[in-house]
Amino acid sequence: MERRTPEQMAERLAQDIPDGSYVNLGIGMPVMVANFVPEGREVIYHSENGILGVGPTPEPGTEDPDLINAAKQHVTLIKGGCYFDTADSFAMMRGGHLDIAVLGGFQVSADGNLANWATDNEKYPPAVGGAMDLSVGAKTVYVLMRHTTKDGAAKILDACTYPLTGTHVVSRVYTDLAVIEITPEGPRVIELFGDNSFEDVQAVTGTRLLPQA
Amino acid sequence: MIDKRIASMREAIAGIKSGDAVMIGGFGSSGIPFELIEALRLHGADNLTVISNNAGSHEIGIATLLRDRLVSKVVCSYPRSQGSIWFERMFEEGAIELELMPQGTFAERMRAAGGGLGGFFTPTGYGTKLAEGKETREIDGVGYVLERPLKAEFALIKAHKGDKWGNLAYNTAGRNFNPVMAMAAETTVAEVEHIVELGELDPESVATPGIFVDRVVAQEGLV
Repeated sequence: MERRTPEQMAERLAQDIPDGSYVNLGIGMPVMVANFVPEGREVIYHSENGILGVGPTPEPGTEDPDLINAAKQHVTLIKGGCYFDTADSFAMMRGGHLDIAVLGGFQVSADGNLANWATDNEKYPPAVGGAMDLSVGAKTVYVLMRHTTKDGAAKILDACTYPLTGTHVVSRVYTDLAVIEITPEGPRVIELFGDNSFEDVQAVTGTRLLPQA
Repeated sequence: MIDKRIASMREAIAGIKSGDAVMIGGFGSSGIPFELIEALRLHGADNLTVISNNAGSHEIGIATLLRDRLVSKVVCSYPRSQGSIWFERMFEEGAIELELMPQGTFAERMRAAGGGLGGFFTPTGYGTKLAEGKETREIDGVGYVLERPLKAEFALIKAHKGDKWGNLAYNTAGRNFNPVMAMAAETTVAEVEHIVELGELDPESVATPGIFVDRVVAQEGLV
């Protein structure tokens, strides 16, 4: 089967970010999406710690110690960007003002539930951050994740086994094998990468997929 | 006459007692009152509840309060970050209590406390483990969780500039949780890089009005 690299996955998702969107990119693979949004589209990136208009990494030596993104990396502010406090930042999410959130995922269920903040390892301290607010609040939630775990276990399932982040929140899942849309009828494959067949992808998925329409 | 300026970090944190809940502003390394935290570490109070988005990392800031065993409980949204060794060690030992909540709920609970609300219904967390045991309600077809106000005896916050009336302006994304914490605590202490004369702050740039601030102290360059 053809497996796309994280960069290729981010590049594929970036094609679906429309001009004029307000977008929040989650920590990890999702932040790479910004590198691949096609030229000519004006996209405003939101960071949960209080920034609209997140710009690229600063030149070495010009970092502002307070100007960091949600992953705590130094960033810049684009022209027209602005700052606000955390309460306002999350009002933007919950209030439905943010167009798209791109999140990582441990598991997605057939009915669009997302698990991406905790595993079943009780010894490991849980951390939730802004994941629940984003999943519930953004108008559209895209999940960017590998199709299976490192051990080959399915991550798209009838029901999530890990603690949920949000219920019925996921619109699409972009994996290294395919793009899957969560529809009222169930998860539907809308794109297969390379020579991957529907049967190949179904075989590593823990729920029944619907074929491309 | 109103003059909230305090001469030293040591005096600025006077009155914090063992067992108190202390809000500490900042996100990651941004907008953190490092000098007030150091003064709190040397102050002598223990059994503290620290209310802050993160639980400190490496050997600076909140991590030093944990390392010195001054903290019995952490209230936050994201305790685990790169280098959060002291929190992880104490969590594994069972030496620290953790109250975890979504970040937006965390901020809004403090705004509710500061704004005199008895709580609010949020869709965040509905149907998840973090809503277990909480009152829920369906409003216009959407499920919500009742969240209560979050208060504290003290808030230690960080701003860029402040005046003697306690008006504060922040540097870039250093604002984060500082304004809501200023509202929510009984006593709010602001560490600032510069104390300026009344009238020097553009009124439009004041992100925390002085009414929410009790003490203002200039950085001493100690941390």
